[in-house]
Amino acid sequence: MNIRPDYSLIAEWIRPRAQVLDLGCGDGGLLAYLREHRQISGYGVEIDDASVLACVKNGVSVVQSNLEAGLSGFEDASFDYVVLSQTLQAMRHTEEIVLEMLRVGREAIVSFPNFGHWKHRWQILRGHMPVSKDLPYQWYDTPNIHLCTVHDFDDFCAQRRLEVLDRRVLHDGQEVKLLPNCLGTLAVYRIRRALGR
Amino acid sequence: MPPAPPFPNATVGEVTPQRVDFEEPLPLACGRAFGPYHLMIETYGELNAARDNAVLICHALNASHHVAGVYADQANSEGWWDNMVGPGKPVDTNRFFVVGVNNLGSCFGSTGPMDLHPATGKPYGADFPVVTVEDWVDAQVRVADHLGIERFAAVMGGSLGGMQALAWTIRHPQRVAHALVIAAAPNLSAQNIAFNEVARAAIMTDPEFHAGHFYDAAVKPRRGLRVARMIGHITYLSDDQMAEKFGRQLRNGLRYTFEPEFQIESYLRYQGDKFSEYFDANTYLRITKALDYFDPAAATGGDLRRALEAARASFLVVAFTTDWRFSPQRSREIVKALIDNRRDVSYAEIDAPHGHDAFLLDDARYHALVRAYFDRIAAELSS
Repeated sequence: MNIRPDYSLIAEWIRPRAQVLDLGCGDGGLLAYLREHRQISGYGVEIDDASVLACVKNGVSVVQSNLEAGLSGFEDASFDYVVLSQTLQAMRHTEEIVLEMLRVGREAIVSFPNFGHWKHRWQILRGHMPVSKDLPYQWYDTPNIHLCTVHDFDDFCAQRRLEVLDRRVLHDGQEVKLLPNCLGTLAVYRIRRALGR
Repeated sequence: MPPAPPFPNATVGEVTPQRVDFEEPLPLACGRAFGPYHLMIETYGELNAARDNAVLICHALNASHHVAGVYADQANSEGWWDNMVGPGKPVDTNRFFVVGVNNLGSCFGSTGPMDLHPATGKPYGADFPVVTVEDWVDAQVRVADHLGIERFAAVMGGSLGGMQALAWTIRHPQRVAHALVIAAAPNLSAQNIAFNEVARAAIMTDPEFHAGHFYDAAVKPRRGLRVARMIGHITYLSDDQMAEKFGRQLRNGLRYTFEPEFQIESYLRYQGDKFSEYFDANTYLRITKALDYFDPAAATGGDLRRALEAARASFLVVAFTTDWRFSPQRSREIVKALIDNRRDVSYAEIDAPHGHDAFLLDDARYHALVRAYFDRIAAELSS
């Protein structure tokens, strides 16, 4: 199974024995990691046949379903955390899925590649679409259709009255505290609906 | 490393059915206690010393205890799920002790409407009770007792067989570790019941049905069975599959008659004829009724979540995208109810063109999934 750099960070935020729903769970690596380190229970959601098979092989409970169709198979507030790890940028219904996550989960954890990283900016200044370790696709074959920067996502949350409980920006697995929108490659957010009106 | 078996995907080979007799009457949902009776079973593989590697395979409408292998003296006698069950197959008989049970009321050897009523000495016919999925499950429990199996490693079935697997987890939660519920539904839709009613009407209006007592008259309501099978068959295939297989192909051009001219017509007639020779009309009526009646949520005011509260098993639920008789939507209802109960469940939706029949075919993704799930069950056994 793949251990991605955001796993240990996500694990830090998750209470032991919590109920977790992992959207776009891939081979179930994050859930297996959280089960081992946080004794969580939960389910993954995946659309890809090979990933569903990998989850079954890894002993992770998985539901084959298309996230673009929403989360109608899950009740309101039925999970402590709903995670969307490095998938948001590839989704068509970006706003809908974030709101669905916060319907089903008390908190949502979202990670995405930071388009604002200086290498991306530099490539655009030189007249090209960015291609990097974190965005390893050409413009014509990329699955990433909704890329954003850390600032963009902050604005998105503010406009929808979503409270940012935690925000970490990483580069090579290390937290970037100085100029995160410029020096960070991966952003991880923990959010919930703002209380009150 | 031990040497690989010479035929990793071999069949279980020649098999012999066994008859198990039960003296004590079985209390049925209809209120009657039925018995004595007997059930036909087949087993493949070895029950281990801990007696915890048993897998029960539940059959659907027109199948039986003959799940895998062949009969010594019979050509083309492969079991109905021979592609799934055998040495090195997804349900690996090198690791699991697999049990097939022919359900009560069947026409393949277990006590059914064709058998003699002990009180009258005549065939039961119409007097054979209407049996339910739950009755079958209770009868299967007695087979487990007979074989010394306290808890199945897995109970598995497709379609009506999947309904039995689901009923096992509700009715006997301590006796099933895993349930594989394939191409099934938590109950039949009105459309599904309607198809069954058309099939029953075809049988019951056949002049040779004789209100179910046709054995005495030494006739068989073949025409009714034929039509019943034809309509059933249409619903097991997908529109696309039928278009691809038959399209508008003609056998010998248009002849301006009512003889079968399109290939699909002759195919359905052939299937109907074959079926009407080997299947029993009273059995068909009862099996379709069992399908119609199945509705575990009826006991909990229509709330499937509450109906599944009792379940303790881990589940693999599988549906096929082109199955419109038991659509993926119906399987997702089961999955949702299990998730709402925080049961361990995985759900796969196999993109296969073959409609409801897909559960019997050896689609690579489907079989890989079942194989992976049984690997997990096997790992739990040896740990």
